Amino acid sequence: MIYLELLFKFFRIGLFTIGGGYAMLPLMQHEIEVNNWISSQEFVDIIAIAEMTPGPIAINAATFIGYRVGGVFGSVVATTAIVLPSLLIILSLSRVLAKYREHPVVKSIFAGIRPVVAGLILSAAWFIIAAVILPAQLENGVTATVDYASIIIAAAAFFLVAKYKFDPIKVIILAGVVGLVIF
Amino acid sequence: MLPMIEKEVIERRAWASTDEIVDIFALAQSLPGAIAINSAIFLGYRLAGVLGAIVAAIGVVLPSLLVILGIAIFFVSFKENKAIMAAFTGIRAAVVGLVAAAAVRITRSSCRSVTAGVLALLSLLINLFTDIHAMWVILSGALVGIVIYYYLPGKVSIRESGDEQQ
Repeated sequence: MIYLELLFKFFRIGLFTIGGGYAMLPLMQHEIEVNNWISSQEFVDIIAIAEMTPGPIAINAATFIGYRVGGVFGSVVATTAIVLPSLLIILSLSRVLAKYREHPVVKSIFAGIRPVVAGLILSAAWFIIAAVILPAQLENGVTATVDYASIIIAAAAFFLVAKYKFDPIKVIILAGVVGLVIF
Repeated sequence: MLPMIEKEVIERRAWASTDEIVDIFALAQSLPGAIAINSAIFLGYRLAGVLGAIVAAIGVVLPSLLVILGIAIFFVSFKENKAIMAAFTGIRAAVVGLVAAAAVRITRSSCRSVTAGVLALLSLLINLFTDIHAMWVILSGALVGIVIYYYLPGKVSIRESGDEQQ
């Protein structure tokens, strides 16, 4: 059943999203590929919408995918499922966690997880780059002007955020306006 | 979202002290899930027990659920609109840049030693070239962490592995 599947898979995503919202990307991208829930282009659209709207990106993406896969009820199930691990862990373990957060074993676990999650996020970034930039090249055979424009916008967005600390929302709005003018 | 929680909780409601909220944010970072959601659940639990935690979770998730649901419902009809699609072609390209920037930032702050760099590279290659679920990669990272940082201390320092968990 689709709702049970959404519940199980988004619960798993919530459980392994360790280290903030972007850690969700590789997990969600994996499920999307395996289950063919939505196209990779739509996934990129969802990230854009999730960045622009208030609320954590992981939650927003769960709501959107849940709706696409199982309608309104699907979106409620996916959103509940992705929050449920946090709720259960905090209710059952918050005292223990507060006590052992500084324990060497706990610290070693996080020291191991952090770089691994970084690697996963890098690979998710590569999938997103491929989804946006490569298909257009394949469809057109020869590289068309559209690709160059996308690459330039992507590079500009990268530098604006990475170097000049621009607000991501402003960058997205700016790119939308540029897209409206040139595409 | 975190500054908003801070303002509401400390200044307007006096639900917690600044020290407490810093503690809660720190703890929320080391748990699975979104930091803002975890912090809200923590606060709810502290103030009003299990029911408080559940109410806080619903309260913090509901606005984005409704907003995104609204957008998702209209997204299909947006897709017919040429102007919106042109804007989205630009936006998609920008998202590539944004995600790449976030990936680079996170990698920089979590790979400050050769060991951490090798771990990140391994997980990158595994996720790119195999079908192994990211869950197993993360669990292996935890195990490797225990082995190299706990059982082989002195060789590698945890401090080098970075501290940002954004």
